[in-house]
Amino acid sequence: MYPIPRLPRKCMRTWIERHRNILDFTLSSLVRRKRKNAALVSVYTLIVFLLGSVLFFTYALRQEASFLLKEAPEMIVQKLSAGRHDLIPVSYIERIRAIKGISSIKERLWGYYYDPIVGANYTLMVVEDPEVSPGFIAVGEGVSRTRLASPGDAIEFRTSQGITIELEIKKVLSSASSLVSSDLVLISEDDFRKLFGTAKGFATDLAVKVRNPRELTTIALKVAEILPDTRQILREEILRTYDAIFSWRGGILLATLFGAVLAFIIFAWDKASGLSMEEKREIGILKAIGWETSDIIRMKFWEGIVVSLSSFLMGILLAYIHVFFTSFMLFEPVLKGWATLYPAFKITPFIDGAQVASLFFLTVVPYTVATIIPSWRAAIVDPDSVMR
Amino acid sequence: MRKSSLFFLYITIQTILLGCMFTHASYKQKSDVNRLQENISLVQQLGLTDLCLFTEASYTRHLSLADFHTAFQDSPMALEHFPSGSLVPHPPAAKKMYENMD
Repeated sequence: MYPIPRLPRKCMRTWIERHRNILDFTLSSLVRRKRKNAALVSVYTLIVFLLGSVLFFTYALRQEASFLLKEAPEMIVQKLSAGRHDLIPVSYIERIRAIKGISSIKERLWGYYYDPIVGANYTLMVVEDPEVSPGFIAVGEGVSRTRLASPGDAIEFRTSQGITIELEIKKVLSSASSLVSSDLVLISEDDFRKLFGTAKGFATDLAVKVRNPRELTTIALKVAEILPDTRQILREEILRTYDAIFSWRGGILLATLFGAVLAFIIFAWDKASGLSMEEKREIGILKAIGWETSDIIRMKFWEGIVVSLSSFLMGILLAYIHVFFTSFMLFEPVLKGWATLYPAFKITPFIDGAQVASLFFLTVVPYTVATIIPSWRAAIVDPDSVMR
Repeated sequence: MRKSSLFFLYITIQTILLGCMFTHASYKQKSDVNRLQENISLVQQLGLTDLCLFTEASYTRHLSLADFHTAFQDSPMALEHFPSGSLVPHPPAAKKMYENMD
């Protein structure tokens, strides 16, 4: 075995010292043009902050959705009428139960109620809970916050007959569950039917469970055959819905990323397209006093690293604070839209290391390369002509 | 102190903070297990199908259960009305039909 050749320690120290000297000079040069460079670092940090915020938020929400919705009903059967969702007859349960492999079918009664007092939409859902007996309801944190109502208070609802009924709040669902329950009003079956005038024998939709999840698609096909006026929504499709919203092709990500990426391209293009007269003159002087082309490239490399690395680190840290400590505060209006009732939720910080690494390579590397190329072009020209 | 030393100190602090960010995320993932478990139980108990993200329109509140013609909620000529409608894509369940229904 031959020993691996090593760089002599003295040589290594000289190499480090040489780079430190170049870095010292680069930093002094950057400080000389502090206004311009401060603006550059601020814009760069802002772009990384925007990209990082959106990536952190969408990834964390996608993870949370996949955790929560893996317990959603395996299959929902809806009745369609003239292309619209319609109430489903409870008699359909027996026809579906006849299919082999079905383990249970449950009718679900739920609907929307528009509260004109606060201008918010609630999701009313029937639940089998001893606490939610006729005359009583349980509400989500968002409903309680919007109506300024707490347990013991009553909320009035206007029935389909135009009669006002008052239902007393028995409990408020925990704020930790806001992401799934913020606008929920859990109600008894009697009150629900009274409120919406839903006839006995009809439900909103059916939740189906099967014995073997691998047979789900086959069973869905059989349901479609037996009941052609129905639509089957599988859990896998529910999960895919949320995956699609928060994937890079989803509207949220695309809308924000488009602007930020475009800004970054303009930014890097400006750098790559050429140097200012002042920078060219500086390179000419350095060449005239004996700097080599390689030293100038080293200097520009460090300049790129100083600007891009410090902006990247600052931007990514601010993005993390923005998403996980302030609950996406700056982008909240985008998500709220016209909704009066908006869930105030904190998401678990699921971070994808690969995403942070990609952001690093997509921002730091192109910028550094874009800084070096024009400097190399300026450095190989005769110093005399550059200075003129 | 040399300017390069100051720069390296700044980068080191930022890198340590970046490390703290990953540590904090990992710690929160563990400490939030109970909250997630509670929410999973609620989803299971109530048979919930969607996240409560956009409450302004029925088809963005329950995205996975939206009608086939979600993009034209009220009539074939209806333009998108709610801001959240332009942020969310068409639900996959509404796009896909089973073979024998095509």
